[in-house]
Parts: sequence; C-alpha cells; structure tokens
Amino acid sequence: MQTITRDQLLDKAVSLLADGTVTAVLGWSKGEFDYDVTPAVFKTEAELKENFVWNDFCGANFSKYLVAKMDRLEGKMLVFLKPCDTYSFNQLLTEHRFDREKVYAVGIPCEGMVDIAKVKAICGEGISSVDCGGDKLLVTTLYEEQPVEVATAEVLAERCVNCKSKKHVAYDELLGEEGEVIDSNRFDEVEKLEAMTPDERFAFWQNELSRCIRCNACRDACPACTCEKCVFDNPNSGVENKAPANSFEEKMFHIIRAYHVAGRCTDCGECSRVCPQNIPLHLLNRKFIKDMNEFYGEYQAGAEVGSRAPLVDYTTEDLEPGEVFDRRDTNA
Amino acid sequence: MQVNEFKPLIVAFCCNWCSYAGADLAGNNRLNYPADVKIIRVPCSCRVNPMFILRAFQRGADGVILCGCHPGDCHYTSGNYYTRRRMAALFSMLDFLGIEKERTRVEWVSAAEGAKFAATMNDFVEKVTALGPNKRLEDLRCKR
Amino acid sequence: MQRVGVFVCWCGSNIAGTVDVQAVSEALKNEPGVVFSTNYQYMCSQAGQNMIIDAVKEHNLTGIVVCSCSPRMHEATFRKTAAAAGLNPYMVEIANIREQCSWVHKDMMTGTEKAIILGKAAVAKVNLNTPLTPGESPVTKRALVIGGGIAGIQTALDIADAGFEVDIVEKKPTIGGKMAQLDKTFPTLDCAACILTPKMVDVAQNEKIRIFSYSEVTDVKGFVGNFDVTIKKNARFVKEDICTGCGACVEKCPMKKVPNEFNLGMDNRSAIYIPFAQAVPKVATIDPNACNMLKNGKCGLCAKVCAAGAIDYTQKDEYIEEKYGAIVVATGFNPISMEKFDEFAYNQSKDVITSLEFERLTNAAGPTAGKLLRPSDHEHPHTIVFVQCVGSRCDSCAEKGKEYCSKICCMYTAKHAMLTRDKYPDTEVYVFYIDVRTPGKNFDEFYRRAVEEYGVKYVKGMVGKVTPEGKKLKVQASDLIANKQLHIDADLVVLAAAIEPDQTARPLATMLTASMDTNDFFTEAHPKLRPVESPTAGVFLSGACQGPKDIPETVSQAGAAASKVIGLLAKDKLTGNPCVASSNELMCNGCSSCERVCPYGAITYVDKEFRMPDRTTKVRRVASVNPAVCQGCGCCTVACPSGAMDLRGFANNQIMAEVDAICK
Repeated sequence: MQTITRDQLLDKAVSLLADGTVTAVLGWSKGEFDYDVTPAVFKTEAELKENFVWNDFCGANFSKYLVAKMDRLEGKMLVFLKPCDTYSFNQLLTEHRFDREKVYAVGIPCEGMVDIAKVKAICGEGISSVDCGGDKLLVTTLYEEQPVEVATAEVLAERCVNCKSKKHVAYDELLGEEGEVIDSNRFDEVEKLEAMTPDERFAFWQNELSRCIRCNACRDACPACTCEKCVFDNPNSGVENKAPANSFEEKMFHIIRAYHVAGRCTDCGECSRVCPQNIPLHLLNRKFIKDMNEFYGEYQAGAEVGSRAPLVDYTTEDLEPGEVFDRRDTNA
Repeated sequence: MQVNEFKPLIVAFCCNWCSYAGADLAGNNRLNYPADVKIIRVPCSCRVNPMFILRAFQRGADGVILCGCHPGDCHYTSGNYYTRRRMAALFSMLDFLGIEKERTRVEWVSAAEGAKFAATMNDFVEKVTALGPNKRLEDLRCKR
Repeated sequence: MQRVGVFVCWCGSNIAGTVDVQAVSEALKNEPGVVFSTNYQYMCSQAGQNMIIDAVKEHNLTGIVVCSCSPRMHEATFRKTAAAAGLNPYMVEIANIREQCSWVHKDMMTGTEKAIILGKAAVAKVNLNTPLTPGESPVTKRALVIGGGIAGIQTALDIADAGFEVDIVEKKPTIGGKMAQLDKTFPTLDCAACILTPKMVDVAQNEKIRIFSYSEVTDVKGFVGNFDVTIKKNARFVKEDICTGCGACVEKCPMKKVPNEFNLGMDNRSAIYIPFAQAVPKVATIDPNACNMLKNGKCGLCAKVCAAGAIDYTQKDEYIEEKYGAIVVATGFNPISMEKFDEFAYNQSKDVITSLEFERLTNAAGPTAGKLLRPSDHEHPHTIVFVQCVGSRCDSCAEKGKEYCSKICCMYTAKHAMLTRDKYPDTEVYVFYIDVRTPGKNFDEFYRRAVEEYGVKYVKGMVGKVTPEGKKLKVQASDLIANKQLHIDADLVVLAAAIEPDQTARPLATMLTASMDTNDFFTEAHPKLRPVESPTAGVFLSGACQGPKDIPETVSQAGAAASKVIGLLAKDKLTGNPCVASSNELMCNGCSSCERVCPYGAITYVDKEFRMPDRTTKVRRVASVNPAVCQGCGCCTVACPSGAMDLRGFANNQIMAEVDAICK
C-alpha cells in the first residue's frame, strides 16, 4: 500500500549514518507482532537492518520523541516524518520544544495507516501475522487455515480515511512525491454529534468516556502533551488523579486535556490510535478545532512555525460565549 | 418553607475591578438576588482557569457564572478578550458533551452596573433552578 | 498548618441585622486551622483592630479572616492591622458578608447560612496564604521624551522644572515639530512661532534638558524605573558642539535644488541646511543623499567656509546607551498621503494643496514670504475652496481614509478661511463640510465669526470632483441643504487631510510593549481615568500619538504626562504589587503561551541548566516574570498548560480551595 519501501528508507538512514550527517535514527522497530510496531532509536546499521520496519502499521508520530530523546545525543537525529507528523513537528518548534539544529528531518509520503482494531473486527482475535502488500493485507490467525485477505482501504484508521494533508510542512529532505492539503470530511462526525440533542450527546459521551481506564496513553502519545509535568500528575494542581473513581473524573480529564491542547493540537489522531479502549478522543480535539475555525477563522496548528494560536490571540470583535449557542441554534 | 424545594448552588467568579465592585454596588443599593450565589473574587476574569469551573461542577455546583469588565474596559487592557475566547471554546465543549448550556454563562458587568449584577444573578438562578440539580457533572464522592 | 483567627463584624446592624453574627463565629470555629473566633460591633474601629492585634499575640495567630464589608472597603485597613500585630499583611482574607450578603438578602436564615459559607471559603483560602513581600526596585531619576514637538517640549520643560533630568529624542534636525510649521493658531490667532520658539529656546537653555536631535530610539529594555534605552544619533556630518549656526555653509553650498521638507517641498534648500531660522539646536546638517562631497567626494566647499571647523565628512552614526526611569511618547502625527484621493486632483495640479501646505503659504517665513500666491503661477487666488474631512470619518470598508474624526480640521479651516478674508477681502472663500465640530473653549464663537463677520461661505456637502482646466480648477460639489449641484471655478483648492500617527510609532510601541489601537494611536491605561498613562508601567503618552488633538489639548496632556512622570521620579524606590505571577521553572515548558497573552511584556525566557535525577544536566528554556512589570492579572496562568505559571495571592490552589469550600 505504501508507495515508498522499507528499503528506500533503510538506504537513506544507512547512508546518512555512514556519511556522518546523523548519529542516530528515530524509526519504527519490530514488535512482538507485525502490527505492534514501536518507535525506537537506532544507532547502527546493524540495528537498523535487524529491526527497522516500514509498513501499514507505522502510525506513530515521532515529533514528540524529539523533545525527550535528544538531550544527550551527540550530533543530529534523523527522523522520518509522514505528512501529518510534520504539523506536530512545526507546532513543537513554535513552542521551542526541541532544537531544530539537532534534527535531520526526512519527509516521507504516507498512503494511510491501518487500524488493527478494524482488522480484528473482520478477522477476529489471534492474529499471528499480517502481510502488508499491494492494496490488501494477508492476515493469518491461529484459528484459520488460510490467511484472510482484507482490503487495506477498508481497515484504514479513521484519521487516514479523513486525512487532512498529504503535504509536508517541514523537512530537510523529501523522499517520494509531495502531496496536497486535502479538503477532508474530518468534521462530519463532530457535526453529527452537534446535530443530536444534549441528552443524546450526553449518552454518547457517557458511553464512550466511561470506558476510560485512565491509562494516560492518549496523553503520553500526544505530541501536544509534552509538559515537563502534567497537571494531572501534580499534587498541587488540584486535579491530580491517578485512576478514575467515578463518571466525572474521566470527563474532567478529557475536557481539560482537550482544552490544554486546544489551538495546539494538529489533529494527528495519535490519541485515538493509542487508546486501548477505542474511545474516539480525537472528536474532542476536532470539536475545538472546528469551533475555533468557525469563531475566529481557519487555523491549522503547525502549518507554519511561530503562528499564533486562537486561544492566545483575540480581536475586539470576537463573538460572545453566549452567542456560540445562538449561532448554532439559528443554524439548526 | 418547603423542605424539598431545590436551591441551586451558584459559583460566581467576579473580577476585582468591575464586576466585584458591581456586586458591591448591588449591595449598597440593597438590590436583592438569591443567596444561592456565592462570589469568588479574582483579579481579572482571565484569571479563571477552566479547571476552576469544572472543579465547581464536580463538587456539586449547579451553575457557574463568570463576570468581568466590559470588553474594551479591562483593567489589564486585554484580559477579558482572552476570557471571551477561552469561555466560548469551553462552553461550546461542555455543550458538546451534553451538559446543559444554561449552567454556564459569561456576563460583562461594570462597577457602575449594580442593577445589572442583581438582574443577571436573578435571571441566572432562575434558569438554573428550572434545570434542576446538576447531575451530569457532579462527582458523587463529593456529594454534600 | 496555619493558626487562623476569625473576626466577624456586626457593622452595627448593617450585618447583624440579617446575619446571626454569633452563629457565624461559632460555626467557623470548627473549620480547619481556626483556633480563635469572635465577633464585634465594629471591627474596623480602633477597638476592633486592637481586638485583632491582641488575639494575634494571645493565640499566636498566623492568619486572619475578617468577615465584614467588601475588601474593596477595608482590606487595606486590616492588612495594616495585621502588620501592626507583627503578621505579614498578606495573611489577611476578607469574607464579604455585607455588600454581598447582609445587604442583598432579607432572610436571617439564608443570610447566616451564606455568611458561614463565605467565611469558610475565606478560611480555606487563608490556610494556603503565604507571606508576600512587595518587590522594590530603584528609580533612575531621568526621563526620556520621544518626540520634540510641542507635546514633547512641554512635557520636558515641566519635568525639568520639577528638578529632574530629561532627554528629548527628535528624529528631525530640530525640535519644534508640526507647530513650528504653522502660521497662526486658533482660536486666538496668535502666531505659532511667537509662542513656540521661546519654549524651544527654554529647552535649549535648560541645563536639565538634553536634546538628541536627528536621532532615534532603536532599543528599549527594562521596565518602569529602570529602562535601558539605545539612542541612535544619525551622522549629521557637522560637529554639533562646534557649529555656531552662522549659516555660511548653507549660503555657499552649490547643491541648492533639494526639496525643502520644512516647506513641504514647495521650495528648495541646499544640501547642507538648517531647517528654519529659529531651529533648536541651531546647527547645520548635511543631507547625505544630496551632498556631492558625501556622494562622490567632490566639493568640500562647506568645510572650507566654516570658520569654526565644524564640518566632518567622516562622521558616523553614534549609538548612545542611557538609563531612564520613565519614558514619554510624544511622536505626534502627520497628515495622511493624498495619493489615493484622485478625485481632488492633488497629483494633477499644484494648486490643489493640503492645509499644512496652506499654512506654509501664509507663513511669513514660508516659500512665498507670507503672500498668499498660487503655487503654479504665483498669482493671487481669487476663489478658494476648502474641502473638509478629506480622509476623515470614512466608512470602515472604504479603501482609503480613516474612520475617526481628525478633530483639528474644522477649526484650522475656519482659521484659514477667516485669515484669507481678513487679508484679502476680494477673495471668495468656500468651505465644504460634513459637519462643523467646534466643541472647544471659544471655538464655536470663532467659527461663527468666520461665517458672520468674515463672510466665509460654508456649504454642507462634499466636493465630488476637482478638474484642472487651464488656469482654473473646476470644482463640482453638492449643496445638501439647498439640494443642488454646485460648480465653482476655483483658483486654489485646500484639502483638510486627515491626520494619522507618525509611522515611527508602531515600531516604537513594539519596543516599549505599549499597546496601540488599530489606527496605530497609543492606547491609554484607562480611557477616562488614566488618559496619559500607557498600560505599560513607566510609559506615558503626550499629544497626538494618543489621538488627534489641537494645541491647547496637547499642552494640557503634556503637562499631565509630566506630572505623572514627576510623581514617579520623585520616588526613590518603587514598591510593587506582590500579587504577581511567577513561574515554577521545574514545570515550565518554555512554550511561550504565557508570553503571548501578557499585556505588559513582563515575561521573558532564559535558558537554564537543570540537574536531572541521574546527575546529568539539561538546559531548558523557561519563563521568567519580571515582578516590577507584572500587574497581576493572571492571564498567563490560564494560558500555561502545565500549571507552571501561578499568581501569588490568587494561586490555583487557593481559588480551588475557595471553590471546594463553597461547594462542600
């Protein structure tokens, strides 16, 4: 499915290591299963050849790792960035979160990543191997003799179905073809919820958020959540909480998390990708993005370095909080 | 007085320079509003963190209202402009989660608008009372 | 844990009438931290205050809660009481049970209930209070005035008069500004030069005042009381301290075809020049764009004729760094460009001029030596049309012009019209206006004299088009009252161009972190109550940089700004408000969100080295708040996602505790 091959990326990484441009490579590493690819730092050609992976499960957005992984690195880090990753990359630069000089960014095209939950929904549990090739996956499970064929298009992650951009907004070098910003339907789901009654919306979120186990995966994967210390880990913040004690806690957590990244969230979708409970967390972020686009004009976090996010900006003519509802009620 | 009559709990954040003074003026002029309203003084409406509002709801508040200087009159020149954006975003989000939109409000009350302060509080309490207790956001552990 | 004392005030019957004060003090006894609780008739009285002082000593109180009237009323009183008892004044919290409780609730039961809750919230807060000490910073007892027009001159003179040193930075070779170019001044018609030039001389002779002419401010650092300013003295290629201003060089300079900006290009000057006879400092300046010697090394005549030896072709721009306690912005205004106003044929005909050009034409020191002559053929104009509101009061959607009223045009146009009719009674004078606005002292009388005594023809309506035809200017206009079209053959058309802030104002505002409105006028700290202060502490506003103003208004504002500066410089130390923001560096991400929302520019970033748990070090960018600049609004605390930024006196955990106490 991917237009660029593992070999191409491997060659690039090996040659940049060899000529001294970089001293380390941030890439995807083999996991226990074909689909649980994890981010890793590679320092040698041998390591790369052994474990480096590039397939339809390489969803992880590496931008965030640049904040933590480069402290003690001598020389530069090579990072592979899919188009959506480049937005997070820029956003973190806007926030002065890593040293651009220490990064060698290689933009790579992406044809969309696969959501393993969708694969499991078709093939069931017990997947022992997945072969990504062409426009279909060959899924072998413990319970079936023959591998099951699944069309990749059918199991693409939601964020990839509604991909907002195939264009890279930051890189030192680009592999493959440059794409375009896409006029996607990413707000459709938000609109559907908006059209519901408050009771229906409450029921929807009650159902979704009550599954939250407060594992903090969404926060830990989110490239906007790079705080030195998260308020939810800070006993002095008044909201510190390790585990959900009741139905409100996780709402508070997710509202505040969404609010804290509002205007900074690039809509990369990592929160939903990593959620073990498959809660559509990205809808909260998208709601903020959609609102702010409507209230204050189109704004895409990370589209350019140094841009001023809507919540740290104002005009004297902004709409009143009460008008938010009038607006919607008259539109409805 | 009926024992079971629902009395809402309202938290009002008032900026020191305009709205808190407006509330004082309401007092000077003996303009009544329900005792359900409890005021917390903040230097500027922009000091109000969404966490405070959620915390109030979590602990059982039935409504939260923010009062600040009129746009353009902020003692700190621009604080209430940020408040306006922040609360527009937050209130819209709460509404998105199915929380009744009448439970949150921002109102601009100047130091000279004692009457407006009292009228605003009367109206807000009336609306929240009509909604009944805040069930959707209350943290059960913190129940009185 | 604090040892809190609670003091419930009856305020006579003001509180006790609707709140059971005894019940309140009893109930609050059980709150965490409370070791003493009492009530008294008048807590603010001497006896009441003594009661607090005694209780602090007797019970070793560390915190005080007074349940009384509004903190806006007596917070300061009780803070002093606390200080008298040896406590930090910021260990006091007030529960407002009068204005926000007893006065607005009629029922004793609900009133008491609410008073208890408000008291609990105050106790919860005071439990988390920490002693606060206001920061002190020294004050550099010198002021900087940026701009040397009448606003800057008046401000500087008033500050110097109070005994403080003042520096004026003026970008032109001389101070004097727009007023130096004017002929007469309304409504008294005294000559501008006669009232301005003595002031300019006063400035030059005042030993407290230094003038940096032909100079500009290039950098401002620091904060109120402690500004570090870099001033660039542009090379004028003449040694200022040696030049006597004799003018021999000006006379001998062979390059005489340089448009004279002082006369708005209506005549020429030489490459070495003194802008006008009364210039201060009266020192020659070489225009590097016109001087042959500077451009190609040929000439050098001025150096030869200069007896004092003041000419220095090798002079370089000089940067001066100076410290100031206060900065006054007096950058003034300019008429807007008439480029876009094609309908008035300003670019086609020399005889369509702006009002400022008209001033020069009627000025005895102007290009025509004060004779009103048409620029094109130097003939006396017999019909003059004045057009008001050119570029003022435009629609917000219009591509050209300004939305605001330029304020001064009605009066100077009346003045021009009147003076013309006075000197040249054979001249027909028309004034086209939208409204005539004359709200100043003696202004309307002045305007009516123009109409009634001098026979100036005021026509309500706008000029639609001016077409040069031969020697005439065909003016096509509408008379809205008579409801007809007018066609006038004019000899001269004078446009009352809107005024706008000087273009140096915007970059200066950025340097000063002073805010501006959308028209680039400086914003005042409060539109009614603090009209001469900028929201940035230590930066003051004088004259038209804040909004269109005439001379009397400018001078009064200049005096007001000076008095504010004097008030500041008279202090040896500035005591800050201790309730300011501060950043916990361990939690700060350095993301710049707080800096972006700070209205005062109080937040900067530093790279700081941190020791990590594994004994390595890591350099991180962290926010640092300047407590002398921060005003304590708390906007940054909400912009901060990590909660590293907090506000002293209104800390996150304190407000949270109040919320909890109220909602319990």
